[in-house]
Amino acid sequence: MIHPSHFTAVLLFALFASTVFGITMRDTPRRMFRYGAYCFILFIGSTIVLSWVMFLIAR
Amino acid sequence: MSTAPNKPSQAKQTQQGFVYLPLIAGWLIPGAGHFVLGKWIRGAILAVCIIAMFILGLAMQGKLYTSAQDILDMLGVAGDLGSGLLYFISRIMGLGGEPVRTTVADYGTKFIVVAGLLNIIAAVDAHNLRTGRKAS
Repeated sequence: MIHPSHFTAVLLFALFASTVFGITMRDTPRRMFRYGAYCFILFIGSTIVLSWVMFLIAR
Repeated sequence: MSTAPNKPSQAKQTQQGFVYLPLIAGWLIPGAGHFVLGKWIRGAILAVCIIAMFILGLAMQGKLYTSAQDILDMLGVAGDLGSGLLYFISRIMGLGGEPVRTTVADYGTKFIVVAGLLNIIAAVDAHNLRTGRKAS
């Protein structure tokens, strides 16, 4: 059994989901990579922003 | 008049055979839909991502949805079924049967559901490649 930290879980989730999104939503390898990277950054960025928002709301 | 025989076009060649084979193969085994079409690298990457996500979900003590008592459970079962044979093999092996007790286990449950949903996206992508709706 593994117990990753919450951020590690987010990183793994974003990595796998972004890779599948990139491959399935675009036609060429270059565009696949770019779209995958875009999704990955959006996943991680939105997680960090929402985490700070919840932290500030909770104070 | 030309007497040369007409060559079958590439489009006609790609339409031969069972059209839904990549869709069904891709659902049953992650990446297999792309393997059927000869897209080996894409299929391998998809397989690694989806299978790894499913196994990580189980390793985090995530739950496999087995019964549909309410609407959320129904959605969970639908998502889990997207993993195809991975879901049925895990059920047979008795994996993912314990109730969720920790936050990480809840994340694991979501990993399993999303792995199934991603597998459905990958299978539909293989079908679109097969029918020509997606160029390459």
